[in-house]
Amino acid sequence: METSRRDFLVIGGRLLVMTAATAGALEHVLAGTPEKAPTYDTAAHWWAMTIDIDLCIGCGNCVRACKAENDVLNEPFYFRTWVERYHVDPADMEHPTVDSPNGGFDGFMERYPDGSGKTFFVPKLCNHCAHSPCVQVCPVGATFETPDGVVLVDKEYCIGCRYCVQACPYGCRYIDPRTHTADKCTLCYHRITRGLTTACVETCPTGARQLADLKNPADPIHEFLRANKIQVLKAQMATGAKVYYAGLDGAVR
Amino acid sequence: MVWLAVMAAARERRVRVAPRFKDVEHLLRLAGLFLAGVLIFVIVRGALVPDDFGALGHYRAGALASNRDKPVVHAGQAACVGCHVDVAEVRAGSLHAPLGCEGCHGPLGAHASAQDDRKPVRPEGRDLCLRCHAANAGRPAWFRTVVATEHAGEERCITCHRPHAPALR
Amino acid sequence: MPGVDGFMYPNEMELQWSVLIVLYPFITGLVAGAFILASLERVFNVQAVKPTYRLALLTALAFLIVAPLPLQLHLGHPERSFEMYLTPHTTSAMAMFGFVYLWYLMVVLLVEIWLDYRRDLVLARRRSAGFKRLLYTALTLGSDNISEAALRIDDRVGRVVTIVGIPSAFLLHGYVGFIFGSVKANPWWSTPMMPIVFLFSAIVSGIALVMIIYIVASWIRRTPLDMICVDTIARYLFYAFLIDFSLELLDLVHRVYEADESFRTLDFMVRTRLWTSQVILQMALGTVVPLVMLAVTQVARLSDRSRIATYTTAGVLTLIGIFAMRWNVVIGGQLFSKSFLGYTTYKMGFATREGLLPAVLVMILPLVILWVLVKLLPPWPEAARE
Repeated sequence: METSRRDFLVIGGRLLVMTAATAGALEHVLAGTPEKAPTYDTAAHWWAMTIDIDLCIGCGNCVRACKAENDVLNEPFYFRTWVERYHVDPADMEHPTVDSPNGGFDGFMERYPDGSGKTFFVPKLCNHCAHSPCVQVCPVGATFETPDGVVLVDKEYCIGCRYCVQACPYGCRYIDPRTHTADKCTLCYHRITRGLTTACVETCPTGARQLADLKNPADPIHEFLRANKIQVLKAQMATGAKVYYAGLDGAVR
Repeated sequence: MVWLAVMAAARERRVRVAPRFKDVEHLLRLAGLFLAGVLIFVIVRGALVPDDFGALGHYRAGALASNRDKPVVHAGQAACVGCHVDVAEVRAGSLHAPLGCEGCHGPLGAHASAQDDRKPVRPEGRDLCLRCHAANAGRPAWFRTVVATEHAGEERCITCHRPHAPALR
Repeated sequence: MPGVDGFMYPNEMELQWSVLIVLYPFITGLVAGAFILASLERVFNVQAVKPTYRLALLTALAFLIVAPLPLQLHLGHPERSFEMYLTPHTTSAMAMFGFVYLWYLMVVLLVEIWLDYRRDLVLARRRSAGFKRLLYTALTLGSDNISEAALRIDDRVGRVVTIVGIPSAFLLHGYVGFIFGSVKANPWWSTPMMPIVFLFSAIVSGIALVMIIYIVASWIRRTPLDMICVDTIARYLFYAFLIDFSLELLDLVHRVYEADESFRTLDFMVRTRLWTSQVILQMALGTVVPLVMLAVTQVARLSDRSRIATYTTAGVLTLIGIFAMRWNVVIGGQLFSKSFLGYTTYKMGFATREGLLPAVLVMILPLVILWVLVKLLPPWPEAARE
């Protein structure tokens, strides 16, 4: 009795302080199943992500949030997103030193002293390529590009042949040892289709990552792409990668 | 293909001796066997291919729904400030104002939707602070970092700084 | 991280394709090669190799039956593999395997063997009773007609099937090469040379295998070897090997000369982690030594005994070399990071699902099947003459 009365008070208190906008956001959270958020129209979106290298501080928030949000196995070697640290010596720019201890999950222990070359962080995730090599090689149609530009895996259909893992130039895929099927970043498809942003963007303290919808004319990505020098990873692979990096060094691969 | 071969062979032989039906009859049995195999394959395939396969592309259209149909673990900033107006006021205008609550307090989707009474993590010690603010060669110059031991010895960060609005207390 | 040098993308540490995927191109290669040898007699009328015609066909069949097994053992969900037939993705090289395989097994190999053995099967049916008779009745499809006219038609149809079979054999293995050669993300694999190199190494390995099986079978059965036949096979092995070797050299020279962004990484890998399997096993022991041995038999006059010894040794070394080549392609292609900044190690289990033990069993199984096939359908010349 006591408990239910307190619940009533809490809920009542919430209703009092909620503005219309936040109530809307909470409704998305409460929505639960996609059927309950029927307004989402795949034809109205074309998802991408922007990453500003100069804003990344290598805290690893994105890696931890991603694992929690998407039930990613909390062990090394299973990452939907991870952070790499590059150290480039001007004398040998072709051969950078790179590390990514536990994918950056625990942040980075200090290692490189200041002054010897440059050091910076590079967050990585699936590039949700428009011409995905992984989708191309899937023998059965268990991975695909959605009409709104996200590369997804059908875990009930995947045969676990691992050809897609081989075909990804970016190392974004792995086999989930619990399901024996391919797994990868879904761009938090369960969130973005409910009006929320991805877990990595939600928890990024500096705003280095931003979810972007290229079909939305008001999306800041258009200004971002105009105002910055933009690079995608391994452009020579012609994968149509849709993770756009600002300030990416040529040493990054 | 077998049939083509039979025809070719038959045509060639016609010049000399007309092929009798009974001499190619075993080949027709083989062709019949293949035909039956192909027929069974077509029927079985029709029955087994998922109904929604190919509706949107070469995949099960239902896979979109199964990728969406997952619990939301991080509630999102909007949901947090909806209730915690007091904290939002403290944070407003501070250097930490742009940070998402769940970056430090952990995922709180269940908490926000009142599905359970899980409370936010209240970070202790200074590991969390130092994950961002420890001096590290990779951190951009604009970002404030310290060498913790030089900056504060073994003292906890919150002794001097308020995490929601990190100017000195 | 033990076994890892430099930087790998975090998801790259573990290898995706194991020793079983090494066996897969090795086995399909033996199939294609054995078939090509068989078709030498049928299509190109090389009468000298007639004694091995049927043996080569049965060898191809035995290995072809086993070819999908390592794949099934490797799949995360083997029970879903039939989806390749339900919804084959037309842009996927791998999806075509199911169809290329079925075409080759059902239309080419089985039909050719059936046509060639039909007379024997009918005769065997007439001789036998009970269950055996039932089995042979099924195998003859209930037809008893072995009139001269019917057999002549069989021979013509068989010839057409063989002619169709040669491009099919090329397709079967060239396509296996394409599975690797078309992965643009992997510079160790991605080359248009891959299908053709796979094809010629397949021919080499298939010819070597049938030659060894023929020599060993004759030894077990204590029947004299047809030396003209063995000499001819060895000569064709030598020619095919020369082409294969030239193609691989061309690939190597091209890589060394172009020295693109991946070269430093791959070069280092070959000098370290692949040194034993690539340079020692594949190139030296598996290619140069057997080539020299075969060359010697072409120019020097050797006794029958020493020729047989040379052929056998060269054949075994060839098979080891081709296996090493498959290993270096499949495993080597996964030892380096696609960032070109580091290397990992392949750790093979023993009695695990994808370990050494199942691999050895998968390699023994086709020999067992071949043994059964030989009992059921004797391929020896004297059986055909009876």
